[in-house]
Amino acid sequence: MSRDMYRQRILDHYRDPQNYGTIKDPDVTYEDVNPSCGDEIQMYAVVDDEDEIVDVKFDGQGCAISQASASLLTEKVKGMTVEEVRDLETDDIREMLGIELSPVRVKCAVLGLKVLEGGIVEYEKGKGT
Amino acid sequence: MSIEKASPYNVEAVRDDFPVLGRTVDGEKLVYLDNAATSQKPQAVIDAVSEFYEGYNANVHRGLHKLSQEASEAYEGAHDKVAEFIGADGRENIIFTSNTTEGVNTVAFGWGMHHVEEGDNIVLTQMEHHSSLVPWQQVAKRNDAELRFLEVEEGLVKDGEVEEKIDEDTTAVSVIHMSNVFGTFAPVDEIIDRAHEHGARVLVDGAQSVPHASVNVNEMDADFLVTSGHKMCGPTGTGVLYGKTDALHETEPYRYGGEMIKIVEYDDATWADLPWKFEGGTPNIAGAVGLSAAVDYLEELGVENVHEHESAVTRYALELLEDDDEVTVYGPHADYDKERAGVISFNVSDAHPHDSSQLLSDQGIATRSGHHCAQPLMREMGVPATTRASFYLYNTYEEVDALVEGIETVKEVFA
Ligand SMILES: Cc1ncc(COP(=O)(O)O)c(C=O)c1O
Repeated sequence: MSRDMYRQRILDHYRDPQNYGTIKDPDVTYEDVNPSCGDEIQMYAVVDDEDEIVDVKFDGQGCAISQASASLLTEKVKGMTVEEVRDLETDDIREMLGIELSPVRVKCAVLGLKVLEGGIVEYEKGKGT
Repeated sequence: MSIEKASPYNVEAVRDDFPVLGRTVDGEKLVYLDNAATSQKPQAVIDAVSEFYEGYNANVHRGLHKLSQEASEAYEGAHDKVAEFIGADGRENIIFTSNTTEGVNTVAFGWGMHHVEEGDNIVLTQMEHHSSLVPWQQVAKRNDAELRFLEVEEGLVKDGEVEEKIDEDTTAVSVIHMSNVFGTFAPVDEIIDRAHEHGARVLVDGAQSVPHASVNVNEMDADFLVTSGHKMCGPTGTGVLYGKTDALHETEPYRYGGEMIKIVEYDDATWADLPWKFEGGTPNIAGAVGLSAAVDYLEELGVENVHEHESAVTRYALELLEDDDEVTVYGPHADYDKERAGVISFNVSDAHPHDSSQLLSDQGIATRSGHHCAQPLMREMGVPATTRASFYLYNTYEEVDALVEGIETVKEVFA
């Protein structure tokens, strides 16, 4: 069943992630780990005056699901407002990946989103909103 | 293959004793290779627990009624059985805990906090499990002591480390007996000798060694030893803390309350005799009964035989895995001629261990992936995580073949 999980698209994003790297002086930056398996992700984003994400990058290491999900997420959120990103939920990630996930693997899949949202919370605190 | 697929006992007959081994996983035969995390339970253990609940469930120690007497006898007798199993003098040296972690905490907080002083050092190895690392970090922090680590290479403590790190300022040494990452043994005899020369006490983490190899605390001369019943065919929620009598007298209880007292006044209390002063509250009686049955089971099979069987299966697995260029094995290899046990850490080509375990699980093969509660060690090794296969008394050569075959699928997906 889970061979299904490793669809070509997932493997492609794992091997050759999009928006992989760092951003100097980002507006949003955060990192977190998945302690049960050691996946690590850092997210960096630049936000314009309209609170829209104009650039986003991630780095880190971990399993195919966590890394591919972070890569796909960076593509998805470019152009979204920080509020729209904060409204994203696990189901959106499921849909974005297009695969079935066991409860354990959901944690891998949502790590990127969790990190980005963590960064946004800090960013909004900093702005005083 | 140069290895003879032999075993000192009839493995198929042994497998029949473990009901869960007969199940399938999504239509695939279960191949359970996660024994370092917890072992499966034989019918005899499951029955012992059921018989307790069905026949003589009662609280222990205090009751005068028949059921309580029977339960107390079984519970206290389980201490005697474990004492004999690990070569301890008697029940006063055996404290039942819920797991290894609780045992380490009892020693670290009940003994360490009171004896490790400012400027002293506490010596551990680089391959400690978090459960024997983190409690000592707390002791070191609160008491301003130094933590020192015996350096490890490929699962073996480097030459000269014991001499260099353990000195006159060492008060406590806590050492993993058998590594849950590499299956290697730490040189406990050398460590204990050196520590005792300097008046330090030694805690041995026997979570992996006691289930898989014959361990004698008196011969080893350990001051404390901890282990988990659930890794040796016993129920979950069982563990053992062994202590030398004088070491236990130096140890403060860590959990205060009922069952651990002798005389209680409104403003003070005195403690029960060993070992009960460390067993505050109603204990895991059913667990103790099950653990006792587990010890019987292991003794009947012979722990030396278990070790021999696992070593042979492991060597077979290592030879196959090392033949494969895309598999990296961490720790000593098949040609390592010293004692080792049935744990193999490896990675498959570019696959993250998490993905390897997932794909293996699809084929019914249970392995574990991650840092194995040894994050600093993984950093030292330069890998984020590994996949681990760990064997026990019921694993077969055919299951090793299944693992090797399963790895082929991982290679295909991540080729
Ligand atoms: C070497 C070692 N020490 C300690 C532990 C912790 O055991 P428990 O989880 O039963 O407390 C384990 C097992 O996970 C282990 O392998």
